Amino acid sequence: MKAELEASELKRLVRDVLGTRSNEIDCDECLRQLDEFVEMTLSGQSAADAMPLVQQHLEQCDCCREEFEALLAVLTSVL
Amino acid sequence: MPVAAIIDATNRNPMHLEGTDLVAKRTNQEWLEALRGPERVQPLADLRAILVRGLRVALAGQPKVTEDDLEDFAQEALLRILAALDSFRGESRFTTWAHKIAIRVALTELRRRRWRDVSLDTLTAGKDADFLPETFADPSAGPEQQAVQQMVLDTLRRAIRQDLTDKQRRALVAVRVHGMPIEEVARRMGTNRNALYKLLHDARQRLQKALIAKGLPPEQVLAAFGMQAEVRDAPTKASKI
Repeated sequence: MKAELEASELKRLVRDVLGTRSNEIDCDECLRQLDEFVEMTLSGQSAADAMPLVQQHLEQCDCCREEFEALLAVLTSVL
Repeated sequence: MPVAAIIDATNRNPMHLEGTDLVAKRTNQEWLEALRGPERVQPLADLRAILVRGLRVALAGQPKVTEDDLEDFAQEALLRILAALDSFRGESRFTTWAHKIAIRVALTELRRRRWRDVSLDTLTAGKDADFLPETFADPSAGPEQQAVQQMVLDTLRRAIRQDLTDKQRRALVAVRVHGMPIEEVARRMGTNRNALYKLLHDARQRLQKALIAKGLPPEQVLAAFGMQAEVRDAPTKASKI
């Protein structure tokens, strides 16, 4: 079984530790704002600037990031 | 008729699906009124069809997802959507909000299935701070950068061993080394995804504090690891609640 972090994972850990802030939002709060964030992203506005806490959570949380990308894919596709 | 029975009826009667081309024309207000009104069968059928089509796109890259799964996820999502209508604040299109709920339902279940046979104890047995490599092998780094890398690694290793709780260490190993989703770690620790995010957040804060105490500017650390200083909030700028 894998025993230690690979180089890319170590870099990510360093980045995430340095990017930690005191006022991060949790997954429920991120999800609550995710629909607005995705629509803003698609309309070409800077969602990251308008909703920095969501952006920061998405950088830290792979589960929420996966859900964000899935929602983006749905809205981007021609349904 | 109970909600579940209505949803079930929409599932069995394909005639209701014929109306799905009209759905794009509903405004948010019309969706809410339709789903709250007495004639819910058609709007529910429309929404179900929209969710299934959305899930097909959303889960395209996921292994082992069947059409039955898509139907089941949509069904579960419909129930949650109806229960949560009052919390829709109109800050996006109604269908975007609904897709969001369906995606959360589906990915939560898929993560549960994928990690079903993996025990946290097996993953984290005997690991303390030993999951950090001894050195960060990077042939392109100069001597100064290598010195910074080494100092960061040593500092993190010491902080992981001394400053984190057992629970934080176990969660960190499961998530960072093995890629276990935090909600699966949470399930095994008898807690929820939010609480686990907070546990890891607290762990990151402790590690950050240890690095800051070393007096290394974040930009210099990032540069030493070959990263741009794109961290949005360097610790010195982080605002308090």
